[in-house]
Amino acid sequence: MRRVVVTGLGTVNPLGCGIETAWANALAGNSGASRVDHFEVSDLACQIACQIPRGDGSNGTFNPDDWMEVKERRKVDDFIVFAMAAAEQALTDADWKPTSYEDQTRSGVLIGSGIGGLMGIEDGAMTLRDRGPRRLSPFFIPGRLINLASGYVSIRYGLKGPNHAVVTACSTGAHAIGDAARLIALDDADVMVAGGSESPIGRLALAGFAACRALSTHFNDEPEKASRPYDRDRDGFVMGEGAGVVVLEEYEHAKARGARIYGEVIGYGLSGDAYHITAPSEDGDGAYRCMSAAMKRAGITAAEIDYINAHGTSTPMGDEIELGAVERLMGNAAGNLTMSSTKSATGHLLGAAGAVEAIFSLLAIRDNKIPPTINLDNPSIETAIDLAPNASRDREVNVALSNSFGFGGTNASLVFRRVDA
Amino acid sequence: MSDIAERVKKIVVEHLGVEPEKVTENASFIDDLGADSLDTVELVMAFEEEFAVEIPDDAAETILTVGDAVKFLEKNTQ
Repeated sequence: MRRVVVTGLGTVNPLGCGIETAWANALAGNSGASRVDHFEVSDLACQIACQIPRGDGSNGTFNPDDWMEVKERRKVDDFIVFAMAAAEQALTDADWKPTSYEDQTRSGVLIGSGIGGLMGIEDGAMTLRDRGPRRLSPFFIPGRLINLASGYVSIRYGLKGPNHAVVTACSTGAHAIGDAARLIALDDADVMVAGGSESPIGRLALAGFAACRALSTHFNDEPEKASRPYDRDRDGFVMGEGAGVVVLEEYEHAKARGARIYGEVIGYGLSGDAYHITAPSEDGDGAYRCMSAAMKRAGITAAEIDYINAHGTSTPMGDEIELGAVERLMGNAAGNLTMSSTKSATGHLLGAAGAVEAIFSLLAIRDNKIPPTINLDNPSIETAIDLAPNASRDREVNVALSNSFGFGGTNASLVFRRVDA
Repeated sequence: MSDIAERVKKIVVEHLGVEPEKVTENASFIDDLGADSLDTVELVMAFEEEFAVEIPDDAAETILTVGDAVKFLEKNTQ
């Protein structure tokens, strides 16, 4: 199989718009959480979220006008706008905007989302009920469909290779990157723009996830304290929004054009829990098999893994189950591993989470720095693994693994390795 | 320019994101103003909303230019 490397990164997430702002905030341990104040939350159990810092586009704020014209933007849900912003950053970073027919047909897109245009669907349903079918916009369907994030990116940049999308709840971003890497490895494309995007922050999703008892509800007055993976006081995840997109490229293709290489995708594992629609299997077997499969594909031993970016959503059950699976995987090497959950700072970006966390894993390799797990004041369980509580780590990171697990019992692990120049 | 023409022009500028001076009587939504077939469907809906009229599909198909829209609306609204 052909080797696949990462040559471009892009993100807009609660820690900032742009790789460097978001990464600096992650390393500094800054929380992206705040009280929701742009719609009514007084009757909701969870009244907080990790929201993108909106502004004029300076200092890492997100200005939608910078990424998509108003005329186009009003036709689509925000997950498509976020995907366009992250894709533009990643393609610019990679310096890959193909213009020849040959290059365009060898470049594809695979951007997923967990739930796509939920808010637009909510609005459309209201319009249909209150004002009738003739008032429903012709853009109601194409502006909400999950694969239209890929569609819009493909059209804007003339990417005529595979045009695909993944929908696997909170594993979406990781599956998108893993599957896109395989398309390159199998010679279906030379370059893939891959990742995840999500725009769930509204009453419908906050009420829906609260109904599944997945969200934090005890920190409405201290939002920045709510996402606290592995801490004894954790009580659920904090919803986030945004997108992460990477440019994946066949190794020789990247080398030939002198592209900067962030790392190689050396491993990708997938598994199913076959257990419950929302709860992870208690023995952590699905997570363990997923990481094992990725490690086997990578051809490495557990001792070679320097950093794991955990799924770690801050739910009472999930965090310890994942930790147990990682301990089982690492065996005697557990004491040398650093594992952190950047969801402590970004919140849970659902379908975008795996892509944003893959980006953080690659930046950990680039800078030999590991972002902390913030709010980890009193660990609920003892472990030999360094969970980087409240402070970033300076340590050599050559191999990083990123975990993502989703509703439906769907698991994905990605392994990245430094590529020596 | 009539009141109806002004209101039509405003809607076209807003929906298609074009410069007001391009929205002339003879301007074709698709050929001159960059609309696609879905944009024209949405434009007709916006006219219906603004002028509180119903524009049947077969009539909508004949509205290809700014002037077509103005003429239809002048005839079909008080």
